Amino acid sequence: MWDYSEKVKEHFKNPRNVGEIKNADAIGEAGALSCGDKLKLYLKIENGIIKDAKFQTFGCGSAVAASSILTEMLIGKTVEEAKKITNKQIADELDGLPPEKMHCSVMGREALEDALKNYLHNDDWSEITDENRESKIICHCYDVSEEQIIEAIKNGAKNFDDVSRITSAGLACGRCKESIENIIKQHIKPENKTPLTPVQKIIKINSIIEEIIAPELKKDFGDIELVDVKENNVKVKLKGHCSTCANAKLTLKNFVETKLKELVDEEITVSEG
Amino acid sequence: MKEVYLDNNATTKVDEKVLEKMLPYLKENYANPSSMYNTARISAKAIEKAREQVADFLGADDKETIIFTSCATEGANTAIKGVVEQFSTPENNHIITSQVEHPCVLSTYEYLEKKGMRATYIGVNENGELNIDNLLSKVTPQTILVSIMHANNETGAIYPVYDIAREVKKINSNTKVFVDGVQAAGKININLKDSDIDFYSISGHKFHAPKGVGALYVKKGNLFQPFMLGGHQEHSLRAGTQNTPYIVGLGEAARLAKESLNYELTEVKRLRDKLENGILKALNNAKLNSKSKERVPNTTNIGFEYIEGELILLYLNDLGIYASSGSACTSGSLDPSHVLRAQKVPFTSLHGSIRFSLSRFTTDDEIDFAIENVPKVIKKLAEISPFQDELKGLGLLN
Repeated sequence: MWDYSEKVKEHFKNPRNVGEIKNADAIGEAGALSCGDKLKLYLKIENGIIKDAKFQTFGCGSAVAASSILTEMLIGKTVEEAKKITNKQIADELDGLPPEKMHCSVMGREALEDALKNYLHNDDWSEITDENRESKIICHCYDVSEEQIIEAIKNGAKNFDDVSRITSAGLACGRCKESIENIIKQHIKPENKTPLTPVQKIIKINSIIEEIIAPELKKDFGDIELVDVKENNVKVKLKGHCSTCANAKLTLKNFVETKLKELVDEEITVSEG
Repeated sequence: MKEVYLDNNATTKVDEKVLEKMLPYLKENYANPSSMYNTARISAKAIEKAREQVADFLGADDKETIIFTSCATEGANTAIKGVVEQFSTPENNHIITSQVEHPCVLSTYEYLEKKGMRATYIGVNENGELNIDNLLSKVTPQTILVSIMHANNETGAIYPVYDIAREVKKINSNTKVFVDGVQAAGKININLKDSDIDFYSISGHKFHAPKGVGALYVKKGNLFQPFMLGGHQEHSLRAGTQNTPYIVGLGEAARLAKESLNYELTEVKRLRDKLENGILKALNNAKLNSKSKERVPNTTNIGFEYIEGELILLYLNDLGIYASSGSACTSGSLDPSHVLRAQKVPFTSLHGSIRFSLSRFTTDDEIDFAIENVPKVIKKLAEISPFQDELKGLGLLN
């Protein structure tokens, strides 16, 4: 059971302003049936003042509570004041939401944005929303900033799951997954990506085979020799015990190829020739 | 307030008789069963008695096939990782399971995929039934493990695990078969000794033992790399001091579950059917998700179109009716149930799917109360939904 505040419980048990406004001046929608939550917001606006607000919500308890409190917050406000309502204010007005449920307040904000965009015909909208958005917050549910995500990457996080384990970002609604993956792409150091010339590559492959791979095989009375390199196709010859060993193919794929992929180029394939 | 507990697939209440058997081992008989004095013998004997009771409950050939664990998740991790570690080679690295398994199996498979295993996930049809021929067609000489649950936790669908094990072995006798038996234990008869199943795991708290104890059946002669390393407990297959009081509780719960199996298959089923029919009859937007031909007697899963599941649960909670949903919000993620998605439940009712699961303690009175109140809640919530036209069309709104 979620740790809902008394106010949240009060609002989903007795939601205010449920229903639709006939001849509404603005209608906003957010979410979709397939996502598991959908909010429809109706506004009656006279002389720039919101006279009435109603909602219909398909969603969980906190989605209903966020919609309900949003209508209460809106009634009596000017359109200019309404524009400035943030998702955090909606959550605060409910005495907070569990982190996993913060996206419900985001949905309220999105429906409001949609309604006012329709009403204002998109004019001068972008600057106002940008100003209002806490641009650095990537995960709204757990309130995780871009800086915290970068810090996690510095601490060894390599993918989305790692970032989640360290920061909790993306554990709730998951809408920020793409943003997090983009941040990871930007901040993971590309490993030594200066391309090698063909000759440098051959020299490097040969030295790895001679200095690292062959000594390992010699421990099992085997040996290896470089035959040819064509782009990323490396041809080798297995010798000694390796040449008669039933597992020779495995040795090639699992040991030789893995080592060369790791140390030279991800694209390398190894075959016997 | 009246409390109607219909979430027995999540956990069950501890039977008083189970608790009574446990108490001496939490009080006077606290000795470590591995120690070398008389009182330790009492603990050790109690564990061996429980082992017999669990073996008998599972229809196992021998009590030595039973290893006590902390829960079924541990059982699944032990069997799956243990088999892979023991038998996988760079060539033989194929493992099979279904899309509707419990997360303890699916997450373990995903982890093993990252470690280089190749995994195949078998789907189900719209009734939630597995296509055995499809599964068998995926078994190759490289397949080292097939994991299939005996009964599904969300829909109650029973999968033909005995047939699957037998047929898999015909194709590749080296392939091991693991069965997650959590939702079958206590609900249907289990007979492992005549089967080809290699590993079978159960969890005590699903059949009136306390949480934190389970068992893994390992067919004789089966090798696996143990998961918990340390002392020589459980024949060195599961290290760690045995949890004597809980193991004793598991044994007693197994004995009682076997004793009540007939009641489960007749009376519990009668109450479940009454609840299911009562709700489906009262509401045009109620769609049955538990559609498989074979089903455990205590479970029904019903989707309510255009109403969200958590909201239903919160309103039912206020009336003292406790059920659960595999949907989005309750699990802390927006993803709806992977089980219902696998059987292609439409979006209209997917997010409003509720599981009711009964036990031998459920009464007629409680079911009547649920049949009376569930439709009231759904009709009330229909008023909040933005899908007014659709709900009017279904006759839920005027």
